[in-house]
Amino acid sequence: MKPWPAVCPSNCSVRPLAPSPAQLAAWLQSQHTELSTFTHCNLAPSGRGAAPLIQHPASKHAYVAHHQRTEVTRVLGCHSCCRIDMFSKGTKRKFSDDGDEISDESLAGAQVSSSYSLQRQSLLDMSLIKLQLCHMLVEPNLCRSVLIANTVRQIQEEMTHDGTWQVVTETFCGGSQSPSERLVATEVLCRSREQDAEPKLFSVLSYEGCREEEVVTDETLCSVSVSDTASDVCLSESARHCWERDEFVEVDRDDEACESSRLGPGDDDDDDDNDDDEVDEEEESSRVDPKTMGQVFGTFEIKNSAPGPDSALEELFSDVDASYYDLDTMLTGIQSAPKMGPYDLLDSLAPSHGPPSIGSPSNCRSDLNELDHIMEIIVGS
Amino acid sequence: MELPLHCKLFLDVHLIPDSADVISAVEFSQSGEFLATGDKGGRVVIFQREPQGEYNVYSTFQSHEPEFDYLKSLEIEEKINKIRWLPQLNSAHFLLTTNDKTIKLWKVSERDKRPEGYNLKDEEGRMKDISKITSLQVPVLRPMDLLVEASLRRVFANAHAYHINSISINSDCETYLSADDLRINLWNLDITDRSFNIVDLKPENMEELSEVITVAEFHPHHCHLMAFSSSTGTTRLCDMRSRALCDQHAKLFEEAVDPANRSFFSEIISSVSDVKFSHSGRYLLTRDYLSAKVWDLNMENKPIETYQVHDYLRSKLCTLYESDCIFDKFECAWNGTDSVIMTGAYNNFFRMFDRASRRDVTLEASREVCKRRAVLRPRRVCVGRKKRESDVSVDSLDFRKKILHTAWHPTDNIIAIAASNNLYIFQDRHINRVFSKTFWAVFLVHSSLNLYTI
Repeated sequence: MKPWPAVCPSNCSVRPLAPSPAQLAAWLQSQHTELSTFTHCNLAPSGRGAAPLIQHPASKHAYVAHHQRTEVTRVLGCHSCCRIDMFSKGTKRKFSDDGDEISDESLAGAQVSSSYSLQRQSLLDMSLIKLQLCHMLVEPNLCRSVLIANTVRQIQEEMTHDGTWQVVTETFCGGSQSPSERLVATEVLCRSREQDAEPKLFSVLSYEGCREEEVVTDETLCSVSVSDTASDVCLSESARHCWERDEFVEVDRDDEACESSRLGPGDDDDDDDNDDDEVDEEEESSRVDPKTMGQVFGTFEIKNSAPGPDSALEELFSDVDASYYDLDTMLTGIQSAPKMGPYDLLDSLAPSHGPPSIGSPSNCRSDLNELDHIMEIIVGS
Repeated sequence: MELPLHCKLFLDVHLIPDSADVISAVEFSQSGEFLATGDKGGRVVIFQREPQGEYNVYSTFQSHEPEFDYLKSLEIEEKINKIRWLPQLNSAHFLLTTNDKTIKLWKVSERDKRPEGYNLKDEEGRMKDISKITSLQVPVLRPMDLLVEASLRRVFANAHAYHINSISINSDCETYLSADDLRINLWNLDITDRSFNIVDLKPENMEELSEVITVAEFHPHHCHLMAFSSSTGTTRLCDMRSRALCDQHAKLFEEAVDPANRSFFSEIISSVSDVKFSHSGRYLLTRDYLSAKVWDLNMENKPIETYQVHDYLRSKLCTLYESDCIFDKFECAWNGTDSVIMTGAYNNFFRMFDRASRRDVTLEASREVCKRRAVLRPRRVCVGRKKRESDVSVDSLDFRKKILHTAWHPTDNIIAIAASNNLYIFQDRHINRVFSKTFWAVFLVHSSLNLYTI
């Protein structure tokens, strides 16, 4: 598979989890801080190092970094999105007392780059939401999900290279994240459609009103917590706790979350790896993809034949994972409140999120409630 | 530019939009005498060309029904994804239809005679009283009203775990392939309980999935060659003689992306939505989101021709991504002589490119424009100020009206365009017109059928 861009960590996947409002606010604050530092140049962007300063010709108090002439290219594909290609050394400078010594070039450059960051962030948010809500489409589309996931990876990699990823990490995780945590896709929400759902009412097309210039950061749902490992992204603290909770997972499965085959899909069809000649897959594989990105894509699998009653029950109960239930709350909230505008959708998702994800025990309690709810559906009471 | 053609419109029905009638597949038969369309409701409608040149409804049948997977609570749609005709071997016609999961082989046959004069049964089929029979007669065949029957001959099921996106009949007329998002299977038309997997892109770890198969097709002449395209913008040619599993390609057709134009959407817009071999078998036509490319099978590193279908959308990719339009899959088609290629666009526009003269035209398939005996005028999309009254501004394009499915008659200048639940058939009355001189004069016109009323 062709990597994009040059370095493509193979195990990079994305799984956002709705953060608590407090976390969101903190993260937004950090975003704004980060952007303001660009403009006012108190710090060099992380990872860049300082550029040698040269005295601005017009004033002895202002220093500007050697600013390379760059091409402004369209990156995000929007007329309003631009990018400075070789934003190499940062713009360290000091304002003079009169404040009029700032070179137009570098200021414009900084503004453009911050606009680019915002655009990129909103694109990332939009992509994650699309992945989350893919089950609400009229027809499930694996190709679309793969393309969106690849886009998310690209953005993550670029943000990692730019160093902006670090900011997000520190805000959320407080540096205590395990770097080995995998970031997995938003599969959780890409479940099979409920029979009585009305997918046509809400499609991802609810973003019609969202113009590309708008910054969606206020409504971002994604807690993209990042570890210090460049290529991995980890979950927020609480999510990780639930992630690793093995209550409903069989011992012989991986520690990573599995999901209920009733709700999601994720059964791996190992039968295909058998004989090439064999067509019918009567034996459902009991091995479930441990990684949830796999499960997202597993959503699109079609079960070809019913397994035996025992194995079916086993599948139903064996790999239920509690950490999805908080997301399930959001989904239930969505499904019961049709006809929402784009921002209504986003607003409703945030508050409907369960207790703050920092505290794991309370989160687990709500997860149990959700488990009951799901069991009800399964049993069909 | 006015086109001096007269055309015929043979049906003009009031349309009532219903999503089950949205046409999802269009295909001419190998001779061009028949045209089959499939819709989202699982129905297939077959049109036959009359001696006068019009296409009229020949047969309608329900091909696929919706299914429900109880375990995953997933509905398997009955929407017809592809239709492919088999070459005609006898008086009956065979075609393959597929939805997301199951492929079916249908036989469409005519009956215009029936036997009359049975000894033991009367005309209504009731048994006669034997004691009343006094003489014997020989049943004779008498003509009856033409009856077209569609009967299901084969069902090829349970071979695909993902959604089937294409089927293609081999030139040997015995085998065919079916492709889903991750795998391609080879079938024998007579054997339904077994298929061979020839391509498998599914990674060990689904988390690493970054590429899916979008279209697969057999070479028109070489029964061992097949091509498949992927969401990463590559098209692979595989030779089935070299190994049974064709994960290793024989040729890889990919054009390097210009780094200056690279954006976050580059991969998405490079995803190939359709692949068609030319009738000659020498060239390959691929369609990605913004362009159509013609490749020479002998040269892999770049296409020999690139046609921009709607490049004015390049600055709107963000909006199109938001609305999911960027994932629309447009089909493309060659004409009978491989000199013209055609593909659909938005706003009910479709485009044709003449390869020799490099001229192109944009035409519209909509009820307002296509009236009886109307001449289609070329349309133009303008980015800035309108130069002409008939120009359409980029901002006023209707992205809900997309022409995804188009088909070209195998030999004649007749095209079928599916726009939502309407089918338009355009034909050039002057069949022998030379393309290079008056290409644009060809086309346009004529029939508009609302399947809902059929």
